[in-house]
Amino acid sequence: MTNNATNIEAEIVELLAHRIPAGIHVSAQTQIVGGLGLDSVAILDFIMDVEDRFDISIPLDRVAEVQTIAELSRAIEALRRTAN
Amino acid sequence: MSLFSKFDDMRAIIDSLVASGRNPFDMRFERILSATEALLEGRPCLLFGTNNYLGLTFDATCIEATVRAVHEGGTGTTGSRIANGTYCDHALLERRIAEFYGKRSAMIFTTGYQANLGLISTLAGREDHLLIDADSHASIYDACKLSAAQVIRFRHNDPEDLAHRLRRLKGRPGSRIIVTEGIFSMLGDSAPLREIAAVKREMGATLIVDEAHSLGTRGKNGRGVCEDAGIESDVDFVVGTFSKSLGAIGGFAVSDLPDFDLLRIVCRPYMFTASLPPAVVGSVTAALTRISTDKSLSARVLSHSGRLYSALAQAGFEVGPEPNPIVALKMTDKETAVRFWNRLIDRGVYANLALPPATPASLSLIRCSISAAHTEAQIDRAISIMVAVGRELRVLDPRPAKTPVHLTRSLPI
Ligand SMILES: Cc1ncc(COP(=O)(O)O)c(C=O)c1O
Repeated sequence: MTNNATNIEAEIVELLAHRIPAGIHVSAQTQIVGGLGLDSVAILDFIMDVEDRFDISIPLDRVAEVQTIAELSRAIEALRRTAN
Repeated sequence: MSLFSKFDDMRAIIDSLVASGRNPFDMRFERILSATEALLEGRPCLLFGTNNYLGLTFDATCIEATVRAVHEGGTGTTGSRIANGTYCDHALLERRIAEFYGKRSAMIFTTGYQANLGLISTLAGREDHLLIDADSHASIYDACKLSAAQVIRFRHNDPEDLAHRLRRLKGRPGSRIIVTEGIFSMLGDSAPLREIAAVKREMGATLIVDEAHSLGTRGKNGRGVCEDAGIESDVDFVVGTFSKSLGAIGGFAVSDLPDFDLLRIVCRPYMFTASLPPAVVGSVTAALTRISTDKSLSARVLSHSGRLYSALAQAGFEVGPEPNPIVALKMTDKETAVRFWNRLIDRGVYANLALPPATPASLSLIRCSISAAHTEAQIDRAISIMVAVGRELRVLDPRPAKTPVHLTRSLPI
């Protein structure tokens, strides 16, 4: 795993912390849907936070493909590359 | 894994709801007594969860028009307008809606859901971008799923955020299509359309506004929040429904764009479903005449809304940010919402139980809708029952509150 990916994952985890109860452990393999007790709307709200943090657009069809934090991180990297 | 095991969570939710009272997804009214009362569990119950804003479901002229239409045109059209053709009355209703909005053309759909599905999914092609308010109705979300466009949500009622997200798309090909609503169906808040229209102009985007809950309830002529905001000429498409203020079923879209009618031969949710039956077309046409000629209906629903809203806010409930014909009461949690909803029915008031994920910001709500057909006595009775239940369940302090609390979305960051 690249340094970049680790950083992105760390930032995602930090953003998530604002939306889930304290004390829930989150790792790269955590399932975003179903794994955190967030409902579908709350997940989409969290995705807006991610878009703003990384200054990218993550279209909803891309969101639907993402299961884990590691996958979200890879999607962010890919979207950043195409945005530049 | 059985075919239905993916719904195990839903089954568990229903089971727990039933264990603590009634099943909110399977409420059965023995008889509808009027626009504002029904028989439920053998007793008359006040209806505060109908979206029957102008109370036209039992309007004498609408019923008469329905009966006449069914005698003249039969019970159904038995097919789509593409295959079975258009009845004169479909065309007449489309002309009347276009005239009502002062727009060049109108298209009617079999439901409001299909109007959104059809318009949005057809207009937004592969290269295009849909920017939708985060609190959009399910029909708008489903339209996005059916569309090949890229879909971006913007923060609820936040024109700055919308502008920011549009700027992020700079340099990409395709049209930008903004979708928002006049009044939002859960909290009853209205969109800042003047500011959104300004963003639309600045960015050269297209604007669609769903006035499902604001047709007939807002605007000097009942043309909704767009009319109130004075931005009707900035709106490329207004979408709406016949199922609320007009008391029947069906949906529509209106536009000034010259190519609008092309949609009739490319819009699948218009082409591949049966058209509205004569009875419905007749009653909607009559209802449209009623609301155009009788301004007292909208005045009444707004005055009733203000009465219910202020009394409940004064009593200490956390209510939506403005008094509209939807008044939402925030409950502390799901369990309290369920108990509250059941207690209201025990005492003869039917409102809507609205739980996440059908609600914004994971709120648990009791959602009331107000009708011009309510009497002041009915409104006051509902208020006193809601306050009594609020005190009983400790949603309200047993002592009355001094400053009303207004509910806005509380975002964690
Ligand atoms: C904002 C909004 N749009 C569209 C619809 C769909 O309308 P209909 O019931 O006519 O399908 C609704 C109704 O629930 C709504 O609230």
